[in-house]
Amino acid sequence: MTGKPASADVALPGRALTRLPAGVGVGFKPQHFSDILEAPGPVEWVEIHAENYMGAGGRPLAQLRALAERFPVSLHGVGLSIGGEGRLDADHLARLRRLAGWLDPASFSEHLAWSSHEGAYLNDLLPLPYTDATLDRVASHIDEVQEALGRRMLLENPSSYLAFAESTWSETDFLAELAHRTGCGLLLDVNNVFVSATNLGTDPRAYIAAFPLGLVGEIHLGGHAAEADETGAALLIDSHAAPVADPVWALYGEVIAAAGPRPTLIEWDSDVPAWPGLRAEAARAAAVLVGARA
Amino acid sequence: MTGQGAFRRALLDPAAAVPAGLVGPGGGPAARRFAVYRNNVAVGLTEALEAAFPILRRIVGDDFFRAMAGVFLRAHPPQSPCLADYGAAMPEFLAGFPPVAHLGYLPDVARLENALRRAYHAADAAPLAPGDLPAPADLAAARVTLAPAVCVIRSAAPLFGIWRFNTRADAPMPGTGPEDVLVTRPGFDPHVDLLPPGGAAFVEALDRGATLAAAAAAQGPAQDPAPTIALLLARGAITALHRADGGPALHDSAEARRNP
Repeated sequence: MTGKPASADVALPGRALTRLPAGVGVGFKPQHFSDILEAPGPVEWVEIHAENYMGAGGRPLAQLRALAERFPVSLHGVGLSIGGEGRLDADHLARLRRLAGWLDPASFSEHLAWSSHEGAYLNDLLPLPYTDATLDRVASHIDEVQEALGRRMLLENPSSYLAFAESTWSETDFLAELAHRTGCGLLLDVNNVFVSATNLGTDPRAYIAAFPLGLVGEIHLGGHAAEADETGAALLIDSHAAPVADPVWALYGEVIAAAGPRPTLIEWDSDVPAWPGLRAEAARAAAVLVGARA
Repeated sequence: MTGQGAFRRALLDPAAAVPAGLVGPGGGPAARRFAVYRNNVAVGLTEALEAAFPILRRIVGDDFFRAMAGVFLRAHPPQSPCLADYGAAMPEFLAGFPPVAHLGYLPDVARLENALRRAYHAADAAPLAPGDLPAPADLAAARVTLAPAVCVIRSAAPLFGIWRFNTRADAPMPGTGPEDVLVTRPGFDPHVDLLPPGGAAFVEALDRGATLAAAAAAQGPAQDPAPTIALLLARGAITALHRADGGPALHDSAEARRNP
């Protein structure tokens, strides 16, 4: 795809990396609806999974409208399959465009991953080989998404359990090149950095040092679970079902020290605690952000 | 090169070998690592089915449901990332799944649970209040618009009794005769009601655009349509009434349905 003009040259409305405030947000869960409106504590914004709000009406959309009146909303897709070998699902992109159209979210983000193949949706963020061919395909899909939505998107680094022998790019160079070609920003999931580095035997600090922090429009923090593979090597699972682990907090502190305050999300999707538990986790991230402003 | 087709086949087939070209740290084995993705797919879709079919799960038991979900998700992976739609094929699957052949009512339970989920996500619609109805003389020739959440499930089984027995602690045992049910959504929570005899034919006829008089005829001359009309009104299931003379619709809430 040499000679292709970088789509960053194409006029995209909303050229800023994000309209989210550089404070802390939480992944919205319906059971927290009343609590988050009445006692948000340090929480300044919320993130929703786009696929949960694509129905025609009912309680989900009513709650979302009420949230959006109060908080900036980050729209986070989990099913677009941007890394898929086939074409993007036109129906799904149309649903996303409709949702983003009326919601006008402060940010839209998706994953460097694939999840659908020939019409079957596999409900997981599946890994990609980092090759020139993958790069061309993903860049073309990001162009298509940004053009359909009329906005700049953020692309999230994955959590990896394995690698592809055929990969020729490092993940950080791959993400930087995608951002360069498409004009997209990046979503840095610090837990994913720690999980992938542990699982692949690499250094998470070297990853952060190589990451284009200037392009980071949002940070994710979530919990993981610890297992082991057949050789006894550590195998961390990106579960989003636990508090953020201490080494991930340490890494996050270093990222914020280097990059300055960035919108930071606490994501907790399974075994979700009652609101005070999630709010306490958010307060811990807020303290790091406040410290960086001082 | 490790293609996504091979990756997908191995994900959904626990007996398949790990695709070539996948490695752990230092080029080490990737089997246990690939199993994480395999497990994520199976567990995630099983949990989606558990959330979609709580009554089926209660009837067949947790272990049986999980095993059955494993068969279903491999035969019918989702066709959309919107998992609220997942499971549309469950009634047909159950009808052809030999281990539950003796539970002939299960497909109807699945149809009911699919209707409840569709109702939950259906477009909002402002209902017609009982006081909005014109005089009975004008009513017979009128047609109605039903709310998007409305669904009739006909069953040869005592479907209402089965639903009630599995959702309420103090419910009586189900009866034995056939029961048709009406799914509606007054407010945000879907509601299940038993339809009187002939009620299903009456509501289906209204949904096809029949006048109230023609719908009443469709349910059989021996049946009184009044209880079903009262039920539809009580559940906010009628959103507009169209006069026979083509005059302006009464309380047409089409605006409210165009959402958002």
